[in-house]
Parts: sequence; C-alpha cells; structure tokens
Amino acid sequence: MNARLRFVLALAGIALLVAAPWIGIPLPPIFSEPLSAPGTLNLLALCFIFGALALSYDLIFGFAGLLSFGHALYFAVGVYTAAVALARWHWSLPQALAFTFVLSILLPLVIGAVCLRVRDVQFAMVTLAFAQAGSILVMQNPFNLTGGEEGLALGVNALPAFLVGVENTRNLYWLALALLACTCAVGWWSVNSAPGRVWQAIRENERRVAVIGLNPYLYKLGAFVLSAFLASAAGIVYLLIEGSASPDITTANFTLALLVMVVLGGVGTLWGAVLGGIVYEYLDFRLVTVSGATQLQSLPAFLRVTLSEPLFILGVLFIVLVLFVPGGLAGAVRRLNPAFLTSSGSQ
Amino acid sequence: MSTIVLLFLTGLGLGGLYFLVASGLSLIFGLMRVLNMAHGALFTIAAYIAWQVTLPLLGGNLTLAWFAGIVVAIVAGGACAFLLEVFLIRPLYTRPIGQILVTVGVALAAVALVEGAWGEDMKQVLLPAWLTGTVRVLGANIPTSQLVIAAIALLVLGALVLFLRATRYGLVIRAGVENRSMVEALGIDVNRAFTLVFVIGGMAAGLAGFLAGTFFGEIDPARGTSMLIFAFIVVVIGGLGSVTGSAIAAAVVAIVQQFLNFYAAPGIGDFSVVILLAAALLLRPRSAEAS
Amino acid sequence: MNLLDVRDLHVRIGQSHILHGLSFGVPSGGVTGLLGRNGVGKTTTLRGILGLVDRTGLIEFEGEGIAALRTHEIARRGIAYVPEDRDVFSALTVEENLRLAERPGCEHQYDLVYDLFPEMKARGAQRAGTLSGGQQQMLAISRALLNGGNRLLLVDEPTKGLAPLVVRHVVDALKRAAEAVTILLVEQNLSVAHKLARDAIVLDQGRVGYVGTVDELMGDPVLARHHLGLSSGGGER
Repeated sequence: MNARLRFVLALAGIALLVAAPWIGIPLPPIFSEPLSAPGTLNLLALCFIFGALALSYDLIFGFAGLLSFGHALYFAVGVYTAAVALARWHWSLPQALAFTFVLSILLPLVIGAVCLRVRDVQFAMVTLAFAQAGSILVMQNPFNLTGGEEGLALGVNALPAFLVGVENTRNLYWLALALLACTCAVGWWSVNSAPGRVWQAIRENERRVAVIGLNPYLYKLGAFVLSAFLASAAGIVYLLIEGSASPDITTANFTLALLVMVVLGGVGTLWGAVLGGIVYEYLDFRLVTVSGATQLQSLPAFLRVTLSEPLFILGVLFIVLVLFVPGGLAGAVRRLNPAFLTSSGSQ
Repeated sequence: MSTIVLLFLTGLGLGGLYFLVASGLSLIFGLMRVLNMAHGALFTIAAYIAWQVTLPLLGGNLTLAWFAGIVVAIVAGGACAFLLEVFLIRPLYTRPIGQILVTVGVALAAVALVEGAWGEDMKQVLLPAWLTGTVRVLGANIPTSQLVIAAIALLVLGALVLFLRATRYGLVIRAGVENRSMVEALGIDVNRAFTLVFVIGGMAAGLAGFLAGTFFGEIDPARGTSMLIFAFIVVVIGGLGSVTGSAIAAAVVAIVQQFLNFYAAPGIGDFSVVILLAAALLLRPRSAEAS
Repeated sequence: MNLLDVRDLHVRIGQSHILHGLSFGVPSGGVTGLLGRNGVGKTTTLRGILGLVDRTGLIEFEGEGIAALRTHEIARRGIAYVPEDRDVFSALTVEENLRLAERPGCEHQYDLVYDLFPEMKARGAQRAGTLSGGQQQMLAISRALLNGGNRLLLVDEPTKGLAPLVVRHVVDALKRAAEAVTILLVEQNLSVAHKLARDAIVLDQGRVGYVGTVDELMGDPVLARHHLGLSSGGGER
C-alpha cells in the first residue's frame, strides 16, 4: 500500500466522517439506527472523544514510557472545571473554556513536578494516589461545587443554543470529530518534533539521555503536561455531549480502562491508540444493549452475568491480548501486511 | 482524651487492614518486581466467597460462622493468588510491563465479575454478639471488632517476621528482595519463592477482605480497589520489600487518617494521606529503587 | 580437556555489542587470568558464562553444554561466583549469608572457610551491610568456597579498593583455594594477577587478544603495552 493510495484513502475516510450526518444509510448490526440518526452520531462522537483521550495517554505511556495510573484525573479536570464554571458560577462558554485551559496546564505542571521525582513503579503508584485524591475531592462535594455522588448537570441555559438539543447533535458530532483531528495533529506533530524524539530516547534509556546533557525530567514533565492538556480538552467536549459531569470518570477503574484502550490498539503507534479508544467505547456502549437482548435471557445464569458486564469481557480480552497479542490491533494489522508501516513513531 | 484514645485505637484497627494488604504487595514487589494491581481483586473475591460460603451457617452459631469465614477467605485468597501467579504472571517473566498489565486486566475483570454475580450494592455482614459490642479502654468505648482486627494483624506480622527470619524460604526471600540474580548465582531457584510469596500475599489479602467486612459491617465490590490504593501508599512510605516497614507505615497512615477525618472534616483524612505520600516522596525520593 | 570451553560468545546489552564471538578455554587446575583494559568486557564474560546476561554461543563445562541452562542450574553444576561488587546480602548476617550459600548434596566446608577467614566466625551475627569492604570480600569468597562440590570459581577483581594488608590476605586465601579448585580470575591489578595466575587470556574490545602464560605476557614490554596498556616494563599501572 503506497503512500499516495494511503493518503487518498485517508482523505476519503475523513470526508465520509464529516458527511455522516447527511448519510442516512442503516448499518446493522454495527449501529441500531441509520448513520445520520442522532443516536448513532452521539455514539460516534463519544468514540471520537475516547480515541482522542487514548491518544493523549499513548503520548506519555507509549512514547515517553511513563506508566501513569492517574491520567483519568486530567480528563476529569476538563469535565468538572468546565461544569462548575458553567453550572455553578454561570460563566459564559468562552470564559469557562479559558479557565479550564489554564487549569489544565497548571495542575499537571504541579502534580507532574511532584510525581516525576520518582520513576517506574513508584511513579505509577503516586499518579494513582493523586487521581484517587481527585476522586475523593469530587465525592466530598466541597462548597457544593461538584455535586458529589449525583454529579453535576448543566442547566438549560448554560450553553449556547447551537450545542443544545437533539436536533443539534450533528454540531456536537462535528465538534468531537474536530477534537479528534486536532488531537491527532498535535500528537503526530509532537512525537516527530525534537522533544518528541527525546521522549522516545528517554523511554529506551533515560540514563543515556542525561549523559548527553539533556535534562530528562523537563522533557518528561513536558510530555506529562501536554498529554494532560489534551485529555482535559477531550473532557470539555465530553461534558458538552453528555450535558453533565459524573464521578464515574474520576475512578481508578477509568484510568485502567484507558490503559486497556491503548494496549488494545497498540502502544506507541498513535493511530493504534485512537483505534483502541474507538473500539473500546463502542464495545462498552453496545455490549450493554446486547446484554439486555432477549436471546441472552435464555442462557445459563453464569454466562448471562458475565456477558452483561462489559468490563469483564474487556478485562478478559485485555488479558488475552497481553498474553498472546502484545502489539494490539496495530500489531496485528502490521503482521497481516508487513508493507504497512506507520509514518509516526513506529517502534 | 477518650476521643484521642478512640481515634488512636480505631486507627490501629484500620491500620491492621492496610498492613494485611500492603505486606503482601510489598513482598511481591520487593522480590518479583511485579506491581500486582490485582491485589485488590484478591481482597474482594475472597471476601465474597467467604460471605457466600458462610451464608448457610448464619442460622446457627455466628462465632463459628465468623471463624469459618476467616479460614475460607484465607484459602480463597491463597488459591486465587496461586492460579494468578502460575497461569498469568509466570508466562510473562520476560515482560515486566506485561505482568503489570495482566494484573490490571484481572483487576477489571474480577470486580466486574463480582458486580455481575452479586450485584453492585453492598452485602450486610452478620457478626456474632461479642464482636458487635465495645470494650472500655482508658475511658473510651472501643468497638471490639477493631481491637480484634488489630490483634489479628499483629499476629500476622509476628508470623511473617518469624517466617522470614527462621525458615530457609524466608532467608531466600529476604536475600532475593535485595539481589535476585546473586541468589540465582548461588544455585537457588528463585521462581519457587515467587509462587510462595504470591500465595502468602494472597492469603493476607483474603484475610483483609474478610476482616474489612467485619470492620465496616458490609462488603462491596469497590472496596478492594480503594484499599489497594491506600496499600500502595503504605508500601511506598514503608519501603518496598519491608514487612516491618509496611506495619509501621500502615499504623501511621491509618491513625493520621482517623484524626484528620474527625478533627478536620470527613474525607479530609483520606485526601491528606495522599499528601503524606507526596511529602514522603519529596523528602526521601530514594526510599526504594524500582530497579 | 579444558574444564571450561567458551566458543563464539556474543553479548548484546541494549544497543551495545559487548562481546564479539569470544572463544577461549580454561584448563583444569590452577588460576587462569582474564585480563585486559577497562571496559573490554571481562566482567560481562563472567556474567555471560553464568547466564546473568543474555548471550549466544557455546559454553561447555566438563564437556557438557550449559548455555541452555538457567543460572541456578549452571551454579549447581559446580560453578561459584565472586562478583565485582561482592554482592553480599547486607540485611542478612554473615552466618545467614553463608547458610544461604549451602547447597544440598554437597559437603559444607565451614572448617576451611573459618580457617582461611577467622573473622567470618567471629562476626557471624553481624549484619553483612556493616562489614568493611575487605570483610565483605572475605565473605563473598567464603560463600564460593563453602560448597565442596564447586570445581570452578569465577572471581571478579577481588582486590579492588582494598588496603594492601587485606589484599595480601585475599591473595593468600585464593592461592590456597586454587589447590583444590580451578579459578578464572578477572584482575586489573597486574601484580596480583602475576602472583596468582599461571595462564592469561587477554581481552581487547570484546574479543580475545592474546593467550599465553602470564610470565610471557609480563616479560615482553611490547606485548604488555599493546594488550594491557602498560608503560614500558611490567607491573602495575
């Protein structure tokens, strides 16, 4: 598959995605409604968001080699900061966005500065601890800001009209698509830049990077902050689509799910992570509907129980992947077609 | 004064739970360099299996049921740990990141399995009368269950230290935590110690899962994960690979948590434990090298 | 027949190719020196024999291939290791360090060890981490000599960083040990190597540069300078 053909196909794919809200073809059993239906667009938008989120995680895990168990925190920062600004403080959308952007750079800067003082396993544990602190903070509902267990819903007037209502689902769809495109662009640009190459050098051998005279700490911090920022951006769009913030996204389980997405898709390939995020969210969404289907009711209780829990299937799938298909989906594709090399950050 | 005694002693009870989870994690990491994300799953599964198995006994002697629950939880924790180590961890010994990832998968799948089979809501734990009362200590009324849990944790600490100091496997483990390859160069197969350490950790985690039910009066699918996070904090503060370090750190962390939750605001204690971790890392970043 | 035969040993660590098809033999009995400048791969060779680093090549001990075995199995065949950093277990006592080294099915030569190093007996209950460098070295050697079944000792720079008096003690002990076992000795200190070793294998950038006797090597200033980086005349650098 040569570069020109790939380029044309990519362009066609993007055009197709942009045009989706006007393409009313039904696509069973992938989607229960036609492509242009609000339900389908909503699902696709969520998939795009998770694709972007997974990519942001691949930046630090796949490229800089930092196993963080607390990445979900920054997604939650995006969601909750914007939600609080819009719903509690009644700020305008631009104001809320600006505030969230600032916070989504400052917070990972501070937290990353602390966490990156240690490496490897301790780093993983510390990032997990901070994410847990965030989760606790959200649940404690300080000053009645976060809504605790019940979450925080955006009021009717919180958002401009073109983002609200079923008829405007297509706008949110395009917004999510734009987010994914921008995140991919930033991701691709950053790993091919000079700092990006330093990240990969750090992943291979940190000591050697230090010997050259570069300060690994600063580069790692840069990767940390950039990936956190991208995650927060994804969080903002997620909030707009869901219309409310819920504490589910602050849990350790969620970061682990991120890890599953990236490994599923293939670590260190960017597009693999995006694919992993899309596939994961799709499965998570659809499996719930499938499990309610009447055919399942006739299965023995044990099977019905396990199949009704998407995380169980995903967890088992993950285990199987790690044991037998370490390269993830991207690795499998590469094996099927050895000529298909990724242009960005191939391992 | 009596409040302080109460907070202190209940802190020891909670610390006992943390220690039971952290000690296994610490040894597993110290010897095998594996970050066992599934440790919380061992905690949860053992707790639910023990609950389920002792359910029919609840019509009769509750004390018997409680002791039976302890035994079942320990066995279940150890058995699950054995299966996990042999079938999932050992095949990946050349891929340390893979080992961590596989435990992540187990953690997710196990919690989902428990939620599917027993439901997301908590299950009440029925305790024998003598465990539901209080004991008067220095003017404070301490729940008996908490003292019992602290006592059991101390016993386990003693047993672990004895095992490490007085047995050959303990010797191998203590040396292996320091320098695995030198132990191999002495002609000792360290892999066998791996399984043993994993099983010990699993048994302790299972015991913790059951005792947490006694402590909180209920079991639920999410507690294992939050326990795991606190255990991580304890392990990092106490030093990777050190059982006594875990014990001291567990007590400190739990007591601080209890005091702050009471005197500041509920939840502040949990939050501040994380800050404690950050402080510990800032003050002595070389508390234990990862590799 | 050689006690140990190494053929075409390659070791790669990360991107570095450290040993390039090393081939040599260690005859049975006495001390063979593994010499060379800093960084040529002497320590890596010892670790490669034991399987402590990934390597390819043929390794035969007493005529049997051991390259496919795991480290602990190789050690059990009768090969003991005295590493460069001693690697005693600092949290364990001296006595526990020795006890750990006991291999089942072997005679445990505590008499020999305590005779060579009486301090090991005196400091039995002391934590190994609190021993001096020289004492740790004695402990490391004691560990290797403990099992009567050991036939080959891989010793890596045993006199590094030690005071002259201690160096003499260690050299005497190794000389006595060499009466019963074969020793492959890595040494930077050439006077020590000269005192202990009969044969010499000199490494150069991961390859064998010279094979002969130590006397020949030290006696020829040109050879000595070329292989060991010495200024004219033998002796220490």
